[in-house]
Amino acid sequence: MSLAASALHPGDLLRVASVGLRSRRLRASLSALGIAIGIAAMVAVLGISDSSKANLLAALDRLGTNLLVVEPGQGFVGNDDAVLPTTSETMLRRIGPVQQVSSVTSVDASVLRTDLVRGDLTRGITVKAADTRLLDTLVGGMADGEWLDEARSRLPVAVLGSEAAARLGITDVGDGVQVWLGDRWFTVIGIMEPLELARDLDASAVIGRPIATAELGTPETPGTVYLRTDPDRVDAVRTVIPATVNPENPDQVDVSRPSDAIEARAAASNAFTALFLGLGAVALLVGGVGIANVMVVSVLERRSEIGLRRALGATRRHVSVQFLSEALLLSAAGGIAGVLLGAAVTAVYDLLRGWEIVVPAVGLAGGIAAALLIGAVAGLYPATRAARLAPTDALRTV
Amino acid sequence: MTSTTSTTSATAAAPHDVIRLRDVVKEYPGDPPTRVLHGVDLTVGRGELLAIVGPSGSGKSTLLHIMGTLDRPTAGDVEIAGHDMARMTDKQLSALRAGEIGFVFQQFFLLAGMSAVENVADGLLYTGLRLRDRRARARATLAQVGLGHRLDHNSEKLSGGERQRVAIARALVGEPSVVLADEPTGNLDSRSGDAILGLLHELHADGSTIVVITHDHGIAASLPRQVAVLDGRIASDSGAARSAFADAQMCAPAKTEGVVA
Repeated sequence: MSLAASALHPGDLLRVASVGLRSRRLRASLSALGIAIGIAAMVAVLGISDSSKANLLAALDRLGTNLLVVEPGQGFVGNDDAVLPTTSETMLRRIGPVQQVSSVTSVDASVLRTDLVRGDLTRGITVKAADTRLLDTLVGGMADGEWLDEARSRLPVAVLGSEAAARLGITDVGDGVQVWLGDRWFTVIGIMEPLELARDLDASAVIGRPIATAELGTPETPGTVYLRTDPDRVDAVRTVIPATVNPENPDQVDVSRPSDAIEARAAASNAFTALFLGLGAVALLVGGVGIANVMVVSVLERRSEIGLRRALGATRRHVSVQFLSEALLLSAAGGIAGVLLGAAVTAVYDLLRGWEIVVPAVGLAGGIAAALLIGAVAGLYPATRAARLAPTDALRTV
Repeated sequence: MTSTTSTTSATAAAPHDVIRLRDVVKEYPGDPPTRVLHGVDLTVGRGELLAIVGPSGSGKSTLLHIMGTLDRPTAGDVEIAGHDMARMTDKQLSALRAGEIGFVFQQFFLLAGMSAVENVADGLLYTGLRLRDRRARARATLAQVGLGHRLDHNSEKLSGGERQRVAIARALVGEPSVVLADEPTGNLDSRSGDAILGLLHELHADGSTIVVITHDHGIAASLPRQVAVLDGRIASDSGAARSAFADAQMCAPAKTEGVVA
């Protein structure tokens, strides 16, 4: 006589596994919470670090990678007064792919809020003389007021870098704020936003080159030259710059590309990311131990259910699969909650930073996969224990 | 070997007998081993309603577990619904329980948080039947045990007697060859207990084979056949003398019992 083997449909398995959890809601949600916290931490760390990278790359896109900076290099040993020739700008414009050239020269003066302070209390703010193209070349923006134009370059007006404005305590240019620059008052006509391609200008007050030369004795030689080239020929231009600027001493010309620094920052993996990922992993592990604990207790408590199911025809495998599925359901619930929580944390952080919201798919999928893996490992022992329980022992009531 | 011959003869008698135990011995390991069943012979025919009665520690629970294939005997032959237990794997025994044996327990063992219908439908959970069919049969069986009006009640909201009816419906829903009821009235007041016994009589009249395990001689006396168990042996079996089952297969073990007892 043949017997149809005991069977348990997948749909029924899901139902049976969820009944055990539904009848112990508080305990189930607390143990799922452990997993959720671990997963949320990992997803948020991955999300925030990816958002930060995306933000840097977006900045690169906006700022362009075709800006080159030309500065006087080190001369011979002990000879640190190497300068760029006065003809530098003219020569650089002659290089075919060069599209835009602008320069800045340091002015030997200090900027003060009032004329009653000692002249050496500069708060680290420098004064630079610049031409009118500078802001455009550096893709800078104005936080308030206006940039220099040809007419005002001859007048005693200044534009402050973002950091310089903050240090001087100037937040807007509304009612003709003045600063004591050199030996006279300059009216502040604008405050720049941070210049990501020329951070050293953030702590500067910029004035027009004509007034600097005429009244403050600034030399006509450019201190730093910024130039934009055809994006496809940056390297070619870069190689010919030293000889073009200073044919006699090309080794006294330094050329750098500020976008390289941003690219490097975007590529660098943050040490904190690794640390927080590690903490997330520990939280996840603790969550897994919590699930294992809850499942072991559950097996002890539900002896009679196990006995009943064996009496109804469940095989050992049916029993172990049921308990394993419960553990997986718990961890999957925790994983999904954790992924949502982690994504929410990332979104809030990005919004506060004003970044574009980036939640990596790898983090989401990986989070749920990690939760399921933990659940499987945590559920294995309790499930095996439940399956090993002899039905007669399971049905014996004390 | 004797077991071979007994198996052959048992198979021949299978259509009439649902349970055949022959010289069943059960020992639990220890030093010395504890022997709880000393060579039990028992045959239950199809359609019978009988009581296995004995004090606690008499071995009647062990007997129930062996008849229910929840435990294997140390020695002897067990045949349930024509299947020789010794030749079956654990998996096959599970299938046998799913299809041929229904259990009713003193503690009901209903699953909390589930309705009456769901509890009864779970009696068919491991048979491979689809959920819809299981539910339909569960509703029909609940109506049969007089709970047609309590289908969707949560099991925790039912009275003790109603819970035991649900448990009986769960045992019956798969139309098993035999229902094994372990102290089915043990947790009930006398009125509900009487009602449950009445239900068992009705089900018996409809053709179900029911074995009731009890320590209560009064309950045993109300059933058509009583098998008294004492110290792991069958002390008396009223069915052995009954002409309805007095064929050669039935009488032989009964005579042996007389000698042993």
